[in-house]
Amino acid sequence: MSLSERLHPGINLAGTDPEGHEAAEEVLFGFWIFLMSDLVLFAVLFATYAAMSVQGIAEGPGPAEVFDLTAAFLETLLLLLSSFAFGFALLAMKYRENRRSVLAWLLVTGILGVAFVGMELHDYYVMATAHEATPQVSGFLSAYYLLTGTHALHVSSGLVWMAIMAIQIAVFGFDKRVKLRLMRLALFWHMLDVVWIGIFTFVYLFGVAS
Amino acid sequence: MNWELIFGQITWNSFVFAGAIENPSLSEFIASGAGTVAVLGALASVILLTVKRWWVPLWRDWLTSVDHKKVGIMYIVTALVMFARAVIEGALMRAQQLSAVDNSGFLSADHFGQLFSTHGTIMIFFVAMPFITGLMNYVMPLQIGARDVSFPLLNAISLMLTIAGAILIMVSLVIGQFSTGGWTAYPPFTGIHFSPGQGVDYWIWAVSLGSIGSTLTGLNFAVTIYKKRCPGMTLFRMPLFCWTTLCTSILMIFAMAPLTAATIMLALDRYAGFHFFTNGAGGNMMNYANLFWLFGHPEVYILILPAFGVWSEVVATFSSKRIYGYTSLVYATMCIAVLSFAVWLHHFFTMGQSANVNAVFGIATMVIGVPTGVKVYDWLLTMVGGRIRFTTPMLFHINFLLTFILGGMTGVLLANPGIDFQVHNTLFLVAHFHNMIIPGVLFGMFAAVQFWFPKAFGFRLHEGLGRASFWCFAPGFLLAFFPLYWLGMMGATRRTYMWTDPAYLPWLALAMAGAVLILTGFALMVTQIVVSVRRRAELAAPLGDPWDGRALEWSIPSPPPDWNFAVLPEVSSRHPFYEAKKAGTAYRSPTAYEDIEVPRNTATAPLIGLFACAWAFGLVWHIWWLVVVSFVLMWAVVIARSFASDTEEIIPAATVKAANEAFLAAVRATPGVTRDQEMTAANRGRAVPESLEGGAGVLSSGATVGVSR
Repeated sequence: MSLSERLHPGINLAGTDPEGHEAAEEVLFGFWIFLMSDLVLFAVLFATYAAMSVQGIAEGPGPAEVFDLTAAFLETLLLLLSSFAFGFALLAMKYRENRRSVLAWLLVTGILGVAFVGMELHDYYVMATAHEATPQVSGFLSAYYLLTGTHALHVSSGLVWMAIMAIQIAVFGFDKRVKLRLMRLALFWHMLDVVWIGIFTFVYLFGVAS
Repeated sequence: MNWELIFGQITWNSFVFAGAIENPSLSEFIASGAGTVAVLGALASVILLTVKRWWVPLWRDWLTSVDHKKVGIMYIVTALVMFARAVIEGALMRAQQLSAVDNSGFLSADHFGQLFSTHGTIMIFFVAMPFITGLMNYVMPLQIGARDVSFPLLNAISLMLTIAGAILIMVSLVIGQFSTGGWTAYPPFTGIHFSPGQGVDYWIWAVSLGSIGSTLTGLNFAVTIYKKRCPGMTLFRMPLFCWTTLCTSILMIFAMAPLTAATIMLALDRYAGFHFFTNGAGGNMMNYANLFWLFGHPEVYILILPAFGVWSEVVATFSSKRIYGYTSLVYATMCIAVLSFAVWLHHFFTMGQSANVNAVFGIATMVIGVPTGVKVYDWLLTMVGGRIRFTTPMLFHINFLLTFILGGMTGVLLANPGIDFQVHNTLFLVAHFHNMIIPGVLFGMFAAVQFWFPKAFGFRLHEGLGRASFWCFAPGFLLAFFPLYWLGMMGATRRTYMWTDPAYLPWLALAMAGAVLILTGFALMVTQIVVSVRRRAELAAPLGDPWDGRALEWSIPSPPPDWNFAVLPEVSSRHPFYEAKKAGTAYRSPTAYEDIEVPRNTATAPLIGLFACAWAFGLVWHIWWLVVVSFVLMWAVVIARSFASDTEEIIPAATVKAANEAFLAAVRATPGVTRDQEMTAANRGRAVPESLEGGAGVLSSGATVGVSR
């Protein structure tokens, strides 16, 4: 099997940049494994939340009393749209190698990501002030803040990474390193979507329904 | 000027010497003595480096290196330094328990608590882990015919994070106290309510740094094995050490995350008033036990699997035979790796789950004995009909087979929840896990050092001193730990600093004698290394193959050049080098040489390690400016590195050719030695393959008796 036929999950450079595709094999595989170990971390946090949201409420408020489904739904839309925009950024990188359009799509992604983090911080603020639901109140709230906070921290570091990549695109153009880094950032960003879908489902929807 | 703003919670009383001045007692003097040794050791290193003008070479050739071989050696040096401290702590605890029958001995309870906490934490995270990681680093890329690991810089960063954690634990000797919560640090005892002060914080951040380093190592090695094998090296042609490295790497990827999560949660409880593991407000300490052992049980296989790999290499080489049952050993390794995630609950049978749950985990635990048993039979059968040389690694191997089986049997006993309820939390358990880890992992690493030392440094270790150290270590282990089985059955609880039952005394005395023997063995091992370095001319084996080896690492010079292989090898069997020697095709000049690209040295990794260490220290002592500054700097280094473009250098083909042809010419000019002369000065590292020796009556190598596959 020739190298160009050896495809990896996610967007491939095989058709447009064979040399970049060859270099991608090892680093992207490594990044998938990193994502897997990161997902183990989230799995552990989910499991902790699953136990704590039932048994750890103590004297504090329960999930249904503090969650705002509308806000969580809007956050979901923001994050999914930002992933969609990142998809376009990568397509522009692969087929057009056009700095301006890639940077424009990254800007859209970044703005949606910032909006997501901003909304989440606002959620925390509302919970802490209107419901007095701070992480120090109960095990359930500790687990909630750690799970969503770890996700928000991932999104924030993804945003910093995105800003650095924007600079590197401007400085270096689309050389091999920059392309492979953007591809990995894209995987990272999409993974955070998947984790958020889990949070939206198990934390917010189940929490309000129970 | 606000003192606390600058120094956080550090005060004059935080220094260990203050305790000895304010409250003079033997216990405090020992603590101060240990602190003094740490400070003097650091000072002595600084003076030695300055006098010998080694600072520049240390920085240029070692700390900034991303070469997997140097990274591996630095890991092992770290492990040995930390071992020196932790083994002395072990002996100190034995002495305290011996002297504390019906009186309080010479250590305070608090000091004893710190000792068993640091002993366990160091032995697991900063001896065993760096030892296996260093060994995998050094050997695995050579065995699969690669020039380096997949991500060399990441590899160096893992090392520096581990060293940062080790330094943090060493600092705890001098500034402040360490945790008294044991190496498992169970809350709620380790929560802020019962353990105020910095001890537990030292544990949290040291372990977290090591844990993140290990996660990155696992990722790196797994990718290396999947993607960097040389042409023809299919998975089922890899030496068994590579298989065990692969399984250990996979375990690291999955098992380190729960530990990181547990330490972060414990930190949030302590620093920010969260309620993960507290007694009230919905906290649940059982979740800690689950998370910790979800890491902790795979961890013991992370440690033992590479040792199993070492044993497989050692027994085959020193029996002059191929390993028996290669395929079954591979599957057994995989089975152990998978099962290791299904048994974590046996660490807390007594913590209140139903009998049925206990039964499931008890049975799963016993099942692990099956693949392990397969391995033991394979090793035994490898020796059958072989030409066994009783070298130091082989002695360790035979000792391993005998004692590991006993330890395994007590493990099967403990896997039965009914029996576990009786001996839970006693010295029986302490005896059991030392029985697995010392002859299995630690002696496995010692055997590996004896085995691969000539590869790494170009000269053999002194065999006589090696055997002498073995004859102290092996009986020392038996004496130190078998009495603990009896004591455990008599009801002696673990982590206890004084006794009232005089019947314990003779057993404790025996154990103390064992501890002395172990210390003697370690002293002899250090002597062995020093003597061997002095006599390196007569022990030299630069031609690379002192033991008549079978895998690719023996086909290259000792020490190997920066680029490992002048030309990437192409293999067509499981024993490529051995078969080439037999067929007379080894040491042939390649038809053409090419330029080789290697990564340049970089200050990135040591800087990240330095800032990570400062960051953790700031967190321990609540020095918030240091936390912020070092965190920013750490990431600034990462970002700055991402803008560096000149990260590779080219070694011209002519340089490679000159070095390799000189090596090949030296090999061809040297007569090979037979196995009889293995330990003589005639052994320069060119072996006559066993099957070509004219020895009468010896089975030809590769042939097995009646059981050949």
